[in-house]
Amino acid sequence: VITIPTSHALLLAGVLFLLGLMGVMVRRNIIFILLSLEIMLNASGLAFIVAGSVWGRPDGQIMFLFILAMAAAEVSVGLALVLQLYHRIHTLDADQANRMRG
Amino acid sequence: MNVLFYIAAAVAVICTIMVITRLNAVHALLYLIVSLLSVALIFLLLGAPFAAALEVIIYAGAIMVLFVFVVMMLNPEFQSIRSRKQLLRPSMWLGPAMPAAILLGELVYVMTAGSGSPPVNVEVGPHALGRALFGPYVLGVELASILLMAGLVGAYHLARPEAHRTSEGDDQ
Repeated sequence: VITIPTSHALLLAGVLFLLGLMGVMVRRNIIFILLSLEIMLNASGLAFIVAGSVWGRPDGQIMFLFILAMAAAEVSVGLALVLQLYHRIHTLDADQANRMRG
Repeated sequence: MNVLFYIAAAVAVICTIMVITRLNAVHALLYLIVSLLSVALIFLLLGAPFAAALEVIIYAGAIMVLFVFVVMMLNPEFQSIRSRKQLLRPSMWLGPAMPAAILLGELVYVMTAGSGSPPVNVEVGPHALGRALFGPYVLGVELASILLMAGLVGAYHLARPEAHRTSEGDDQ
């Protein structure tokens, strides 16, 4: 029988979240920033699943479902914004978009 | 049996590190798919098989395909023959393929060692999940549907070409 230590599973979620945060901070390519946001959302969903499995209740998985729906809506709008930005400034560098009226 | 979790966790962390350090967006997407698959295996070991299935179908399937579409639309260099030949070299696909093979071995071991399902402590299946989702959480389901509708309309409006948008007449 598999009994995963809760602290280790939560530590994995924290490490994944921090890696995503580092990606958002370090990378300047907008595609990579969105990818790192997905990593962070996925890590938070992992934390919810771990907490739900500790008590054997379905609430954690339900919150994971809501995170999933939110991630799908976020990434569709975000990628549409990336397309618009690329048509306007012809680059994916986020630092090039720091001016208004760009 | 706990070593299954630690192997999957190591694969997830290594692949995520590879995601945020790649220069090529498609390579990063491949590593992210492997990372999501390992997280799905961890969900299976935690007794959440429905969440594991959704992780594979929606995250590794639908959302990553959206990213692939946008990367392909923004990178015209993928149409050249040279890069297409480069994609077939073993050094291009061996990196994500090895951790995926490790995950496949774990999955085969989990499915064949026991009675067909992973020997988890307590498993919350789709039945209990559905009972809770459409019982006390039905308001959240409605809110999620409104959010998805807003995302659909927003993505449709934002991705249209500039000339077709008449509601923003003062914009340029």
